[in-house]
Amino acid sequence: MTAVDVGCAYAVSGLSKTYRTRPRRGSGDEGDAQPVVGSANAQSVVGSDEIDLRIGRGEVFGLLGPNGAGKTTLVRQLIGLLRPDAGRIELFGHDVVAQPRVVPDFVAYLPQDDGALSDQSTSVALETTARLRGLTRSQARSARDETITELGLEEFVGRPIAKLSGGQRRLAGVGAALIASRPVLVLDEPTTGLDPTARRAVWAALERRRAELAVTVVLVTHNVVEAETVLDRVAILEHGRVIANGTPGDLKAMVDRDVRLELAWRHDPPDADPLVSSLRARAVEHGRRWSVRLPADEARDALASLTNGPLFAALDDFTLSTPSLEDVYLTLGGAARDLERT
Amino acid sequence: MSASTVAADSVAPNAATRPTFAASFGAIFTGQLARAKIAAIPIFLAATLQSVGLVVLLKGLVDKGNTVTEQSVVAGSSVAVVSFVALNLLAQRFGALKASGALDYYGALPVRPAAVVTATAAAWASFTIPGAVLVAVGGAMFYQLPLAHVWVIAPVVVGAGISLAGLGALIGLVASRPEIATVAGQLGMTLVMFLGIVPAHRLPGFVQAVRAVVPSTYAVDAFAESFKHDPRWTTIAADLVVCAGVCAVALALSAWAFRRAVTRR
Repeated sequence: MTAVDVGCAYAVSGLSKTYRTRPRRGSGDEGDAQPVVGSANAQSVVGSDEIDLRIGRGEVFGLLGPNGAGKTTLVRQLIGLLRPDAGRIELFGHDVVAQPRVVPDFVAYLPQDDGALSDQSTSVALETTARLRGLTRSQARSARDETITELGLEEFVGRPIAKLSGGQRRLAGVGAALIASRPVLVLDEPTTGLDPTARRAVWAALERRRAELAVTVVLVTHNVVEAETVLDRVAILEHGRVIANGTPGDLKAMVDRDVRLELAWRHDPPDADPLVSSLRARAVEHGRRWSVRLPADEARDALASLTNGPLFAALDDFTLSTPSLEDVYLTLGGAARDLERT
Repeated sequence: MSASTVAADSVAPNAATRPTFAASFGAIFTGQLARAKIAAIPIFLAATLQSVGLVVLLKGLVDKGNTVTEQSVVAGSSVAVVSFVALNLLAQRFGALKASGALDYYGALPVRPAAVVTATAAAWASFTIPGAVLVAVGGAMFYQLPLAHVWVIAPVVVGAGISLAGLGALIGLVASRPEIATVAGQLGMTLVMFLGIVPAHRLPGFVQAVRAVVPSTYAVDAFAESFKHDPRWTTIAADLVVCAGVCAVALALSAWAFRRAVTRR
């Protein structure tokens, strides 16, 4: 082993993975939006394409992208469950590709699916997971109780996980990932389906581990608000490639000349109006809701005309907002499908 | 959260302590047993009622005094309880876990695949104990077979349970789709039931050959032998040794299949 960069948790270079897949049969988010080569019977899907990343120790690092961008494929390689075709992954200096079994000694992983725990109660699932991370029975029980209190799981801790609501299930899974502390947490969409209170409890738990134990967090998300709120740095993925990588502030600075104008029409606006047709040409339309990105001065003028003229009667609601990571994503050529904004 | 990162410590973190095989086995076994509290009643009822039904219905077909057939019916029905849960339901369970990617949970923990499949197989085998014992004792009383050696059901359930659970896990883990795992598990259970209940000498030659390679056969034969007034203990012991061998092979194969299912998604 060469000299270890102790400030670095993960160092990834030239990571590529293409896998063959049969035609989709139902579920699974990977693949549908990725470059596909081949016949109808067997297709090659590019999961990761020459990915380079450096994730610092104690950093909250995000992987942002819509479904099918290759987030889960990348994460499964990071935790040693998927072998890359090419490239290197180092975890605290250990070669993950050559020795994938070293990963569980350092990393706790929250998979997207919690089916392995679904037939147990949250209480049993937490205790079992803690013991499987090497804690004794009594240590596991106290870790279980601490996790229950920390995440506020008391209300449903004795019920089978399969019978909980979607948000409660996810929270139970997060508990299993957090229990018996590891220096790295890799969490695949930990807050999907959580209510705002639970989401804040998860973010606070992550922050506590980072502040007290220098825990590194790799957080997969397709939620723009989460990305902007909790991440130190973020890599934006599309088609298996990292199309941007930096702090949320740095990335937003790339598009800071633009603002977003959101319009909700009461009824269809007149196409003949030159302002309407000019906005429509640049808008992403969802029914009568339009989202238009344009330079700040132009947006101000458009809004003035809309609110002072006859078009105001057709307008139900409007908002003007500064750029978000979603705008960065769109500017870089992403399709922005499935990105969440709440 | 602030954008700054915490100053790195001067040394890289140490690897956490890995649990021993025994500790992993214990944790998974206990966790799966806790599952029994949730699922016990439906599993117990479905698996047991099916075999109770067989025992009662076949009474009308078995000639009075045909002891060999009566022994076979009771022994086969008892092992059928085991195959319902261990083979059929566990194949479904692992098929579903594999299809949904839920095996990643275990794949990312510092546990060996052998510990996962062995502990799960042992736990699911133990779910079948009450039903198998009920059918064994109740069936023996119903057919007026001697109960002196009915305790043989204990090693039979352990041997048949773990080997069939190992095979059930293997089916679920190698099946390319959960539907295939379900169908294969059900067919396997039907085979165990049919070959267990129908006495060997009543089967055509080629079916007897199939019977000889189905692992549950040896469990059924060992248990049927115990209903004799003077059982041949060497036969029972030999059958149980075969069961133990099948357990080892089934668990080794399912551990291999587990590793493959986790890393080849």
